[in-house]
This record gives sequence, structure tokens and C-alpha cells, in this order.
Amino acid sequence: MILTVHHVTTYEYDMPMRGAVQSLRLFPSRFDGQRTIRWDVAVEGGLRGGNFRDGAGDKVEGWSLRGPVTEVTISAVGQVETTDTAGVLRGHREIVSPFAYLRETSATWIDHALRDLAETAGLGTKDPLDRAHRLCGAVSEAIAYRPGTTHAHTTAAEALAQGEGVCQDHAQALLACARAVGMPARYVSGYLFAREDGAPHEAAHAWAEIWVETIGWIGFDPANACCPDARYIRIGSGLDAHEAAPIKGIAQGDGSERLDVTVALEAVQQ
Amino acid sequence: MTTYFNEMYEGGTVREPYARLEDWTKAMPAALRAMKQAEAEALFRRIGITFAVYGEGGDPDRLIPFDMFPRVFTQAEWRKLERGIKQRARALNAFLLDVYGRAEIVRAGKIPARLVFQNEAFERAVAGFTPPRGIYSHIVGIDIVRTGADEFFVLEDNCRTPSGVSYMLENREIMMRMFPQLFRENRIEPVDGYSDALRRTLASVAPAKCEREPTIAILTPGHYNSAYYEHSFLADLMGVELVEGADLFVEGGFVWMRTTEGPKKLDVIYRRIDDAFLDPLCFRPDSMLGIPGLMDVYRSGGVSICSAPGAGVADDKAVYTFVPEMIRFYLGEEPLLNNVPTWQCAKPDDCKYVLEHLGELVVKEVHGSGGYGMLVGPRSTADQIETFRAKIAAHPENYIAQPTLALSATPTFVEEGIAPRHVDLRPYCLVGEKIELVPGGLTRVALKEGSLVVNSSQGGGVKDTWVLAE
Repeated sequence: MILTVHHVTTYEYDMPMRGAVQSLRLFPSRFDGQRTIRWDVAVEGGLRGGNFRDGAGDKVEGWSLRGPVTEVTISAVGQVETTDTAGVLRGHREIVSPFAYLRETSATWIDHALRDLAETAGLGTKDPLDRAHRLCGAVSEAIAYRPGTTHAHTTAAEALAQGEGVCQDHAQALLACARAVGMPARYVSGYLFAREDGAPHEAAHAWAEIWVETIGWIGFDPANACCPDARYIRIGSGLDAHEAAPIKGIAQGDGSERLDVTVALEAVQQ
Repeated sequence: MTTYFNEMYEGGTVREPYARLEDWTKAMPAALRAMKQAEAEALFRRIGITFAVYGEGGDPDRLIPFDMFPRVFTQAEWRKLERGIKQRARALNAFLLDVYGRAEIVRAGKIPARLVFQNEAFERAVAGFTPPRGIYSHIVGIDIVRTGADEFFVLEDNCRTPSGVSYMLENREIMMRMFPQLFRENRIEPVDGYSDALRRTLASVAPAKCEREPTIAILTPGHYNSAYYEHSFLADLMGVELVEGADLFVEGGFVWMRTTEGPKKLDVIYRRIDDAFLDPLCFRPDSMLGIPGLMDVYRSGGVSICSAPGAGVADDKAVYTFVPEMIRFYLGEEPLLNNVPTWQCAKPDDCKYVLEHLGELVVKEVHGSGGYGMLVGPRSTADQIETFRAKIAAHPENYIAQPTLALSATPTFVEEGIAPRHVDLRPYCLVGEKIELVPGGLTRVALKEGSLVVNSSQGGGVKDTWVLAE
């Protein structure tokens, strides 16, 4: 599948800021399921800094803007060819040990309910791959998809307690459950093409990857109770949503910001 | 009280390195001694060297007590220590480069993966990045105790930003000013080359993108920090800027320093702030001390940070146990300096032993430092021991235990005259293009009679440390 991405993020400030710095983890991953045809990242009026590929295989690029800044517009535009690898992150070059992904963060802190959910779901199977599927299914059932009920800082435990949330909450809950039963897991940010008719639509998405010793990293999308396929574009990963965020930035000054994001995905007719 | 090694007297005779000091003390009447002690204190006050003591109340800018009686090593003793320290500094750096790369030592089964990768000090953000010359820890402070004429043990390693080197330099300065004749009578190796060596070390790890004489700065959390004096002292000695996070900014892939003549590109940052506070975009988002974007510049080779972020994974008290293994694994050598035998409470057998022998052991928190959260069994009350027993039982993985070592003692001026007090030693090993060690270090002394805790936060003092020339 060839997918065209048009992702624009705008921060508007109600008073001029002294400057801004951005750290962008906003480039499609390189692995067997993905090939970048073209990809351009730009920050309007910004100065491009250095870039590098981190130990998890993600490309990161720094940007800075001189003040006065009243608006920061970050765009990522490109085309990616995807193939279905049944969720397996094959051919992905990275150096970080999977054991580094057993660590809890404040957003993925494991409470009793998450541990119970994980242990119950994991019962009855000794096969790690099967266990990972069961965990994904359990989280999918325990948290209903309902936008607007959670926010950026909702923790996995809170999302499970209220039983509803969005893809970020599903993914973080699955991370907590996997780690609770000793399986390394990480948060993945990316895009999902979800329209049968191929029309452009809002498509920012997040899911989880779980480490299965005999296979490697495998994606699980508890929001859709499936493994990522050719409709998914993988961008970056981290211990939780905050770490994996495609865009991190800080503006210096006293103004308050207003965020506007549009992500449009379109399938190229072949 | 168990017996201990007295560094000055062996039986009734004076050991060779201290020979001339005996005459010195005999020739010093009590009145002169009191006067000199007051003079030393006035000098320390004037230069402003103080050390904040947490949790003890009183004056936070209290002077760390200075004892005028020097601690002395022979050249031969020092050479042996020096080889052991440099060997350790090399192995610790090899370990850091490895665990942020392919982690061969873990693959080889020499150290548990959990201990490295689930360690709070392991920074995933720098995995795969090779700092200039592959060096992570540029200033390695190694705490050493002595238990016999020829017996030294490493108590702990400090790979992040070991403090106290300003005391090493100031103690010498003040001794030379007060007792110039002592330095004529004894041939003592100088320590004042430290600042030049530190500057050379920092300059030698300038980033790849730096094509001229590197600009260096010391990054301090600010004047509320207990070691602020040391930060400004070292900046002065090296002739480099002392900066806070707000003085720096990131632009176009480099770090810039605001100066009166406009922005100046910065190449090497000797940071005296913790990893977590370096860059709110990469670590703690609430950090007010850091520089947004710093880690992106660092990882793309635009600036060097000393010590490298992530260096702390090598000096954890649980990782410490494996340093002899690192020396064998990376250097193919046998350790020249021994570790203190250590029980890991995380291991059930070790934990059982520790709980049965609490009265004899020293118990430490794995992540603790500064002598806080520590139990010295033989010096503790039954209540204190029971409190620790409960703590260990609840979180065994947080504790390690070691035998109570009979730390060596050196003569120390006390109220009643001169009496032996227990000491340790922290030398500062510099790792850059070369590995350098100035002949000396910081000797800390437990001023309370019988005490084995030398931390300044727990009633410890400092001494000038001499290495005699051949």
C-alpha cells in the first residue's frame, strides 16, 4: 500500500515568545514493512539543528526558532510504501536491549487492577506470543474507545479504572500489563489509515510493541484489537506516550499556547 | 574495639613516611597549635569554602573541619594505588561504552541484564551514541580505605561528578601557607597541576564538529547548591566560564553561551548537575536548570557533556560488585585494587546471611550516598538494627552489606592533643586523551572517636594528603 501523509502541527501563542526549541521524532521507521518514498519535515521560520538515529532506531532532529515567536508550524509531508508483516518489526536496526523496556514510568505505573488484568489474561498459556495476544485482547475489552474522556496525562491505571479512553490509553495500559508479567513493552507512535474509501482523514495513532524472545518486537494495537498491518505507518517509540511523542517542544516566555493538529492520510490509487 | 592499622605508628616505632612529622608535632606547643587552627579556620572562611550539611540543622554554610595533621603516603605506596585506580577508571569507562552499545558483558553472562538495563541510572536516550574518544566518565572519584600496610580496598566508585577536589587543592594551599618549613623539610609531590590536567582532559574530548580550540564551561545548578564554591573555584582555576542553564541556549545544532560580546559557541560542558535536569525535552520536563534541546545537540555531535549522560550506571552500589569482573573482561587483567566483599540482599542466600549478622555488618542503600541511610552494625543500638531489619525484609533489592572494615587511622589533632582517627581517601582520576592522576586526593577523617563514617555530612573532616617524592 502506498500512503500519502500530510501532518501539520501548529502552536499559537497569545503573546510573543522569546524563542522555541523543538525535538522531532517525526520520521518513518526503517524496517521490512515500510519504505519511505519521500519525506520532508520543516518548521516554518525555524533553524534546522543536528539529527541522529537513536539506539531504538528512531531518527530525531532538533530545530530552533528565534524570538519573537507567535506561531510554530511543524509539517511532515511524504509518501510511504507499506507491506503487512503481521505486526512483526522485521529488519529494524536498533541497539537498545529489550530489558530496558521493563521499566515503569509514572504514566505506565502498574497498580493492582492492571496486574490482575495481566495475570488473569496470561493464565492458561505458557507461549509468550499467545500471552501477548491475550493481553492485547484483555486491554481492548477492558477499555472502551471513547474520545474526550481522558487527557494527555491520564495514566494507564486511571484509564483502566474508568474503563474508557483513546489509543494512547489503550497502548499505555497494554505496556503496563505486559511489563507486569515480565514482558518488555514499548509505546509506538505513528499513523493509521482507516478509511475503506481511501479519502483523507484524521489519522494520528498509537499502539504498543511487545518483545517476544523467539521472534522480536511485535506490534499490538489494543484500540483496534489487532496487529499493525499495511494500514499502519510506524514513526517512533519510547517507554510511554511522553517519551515516544513525535513532537516535543518548549517555547520561552509567558504566553499560553493553543495547539492545532491535522493529520491526513490518503491511499494512492494503484 | 578491633585492632586497626595505624599509618604513623607500627608497634612503638614511627613508620618512615611520618618520620619528620613526629618532630614537627613535638616542637609545636599547644598554644601555637590553637593559634594555627584558628588561622586555618579564618583562611577557609575568607576563601569561602563551606559545605552544606543536610538534615543536621544548624549553619548550612558550616565549615567542613580541617585537620592540620597531614596524611602521608610513600612514593611506592602511591605508585601501587595509582596503577590500581587507573586500571579501574579504564574498566569503568569500557563498561559504559559497552552497555550503551552491544552490551557484550551482559551477553557473556558476566553481569545480569536486569542490573544494567533496569537500573534507574541507565539512560536509554544515549544508547547507541558514542561520545568523543568513547569516554563516559572523565573524572572518576574512587573511594579507598586502607586496612593494613599493604591492604587497600575500594569502597565505591563515583563516575558522575565526584565533588571534593577543591578541598584537596585548598587543604594543600593552606598547609603551605601556614607551615612553609614543613614543605622544605619534606619532599612532597605537588597537586596544583590538577586544574591544568582537568582542562586538558576536557579539551581532549571536544566534539567532532569543533574545529578550533574548544570553548569549555562549567554548568552549575547555581549558588544554592552545596558544591557551588567548588564549581566557581574550578572555573577560576581553569580560566573557563561558570554558567547556569539560563546562560545557555540551543540554536542551529549547537549550544551557545550568552556573553557581553554576544553569543559564543560552547564545545565542552563540564556539568555539575544531574542527568535528570540537563534537558527538559529529553529528561524531566519540569527541569528549570537545564537547556532545552541540549541532548539533541549532544547526540548529533555538536557539544560534549562531561561526565556523559548515563555514566551513573557504572557507579551504582549493586554494579560495584562486578567491577573486578569488568577489569578481567575488558582489560584481561587481574584487579590491582580489591573490592570489599559485598552481600547483595537481592540474593536470598546473601539476604539470609545479612539478616543473621546485622550486628557485625555495614548495610548501605543501593542508591544512597553521602553516608545517609546506612547502618554500621557494631556501632548501632538494638533499636536501630531492628529498624534496618524491617527495611531490608521489605525491600531486599535496595540493600547491600559489607563487613565492618577496620579502617586505618592517622594522627589527628583533637581536644586532648593528638589521637588516631579513621580515614579514607578519594583520589580524582582524569580520563581523556590520557589517563592522569595527580599525586594526592582528598583524605576524609572521622573526627568522632571510634567512628568509621567519614562523610562530611556525618561529622567528618578533611586533611591534606601527601605523596612523598622519591
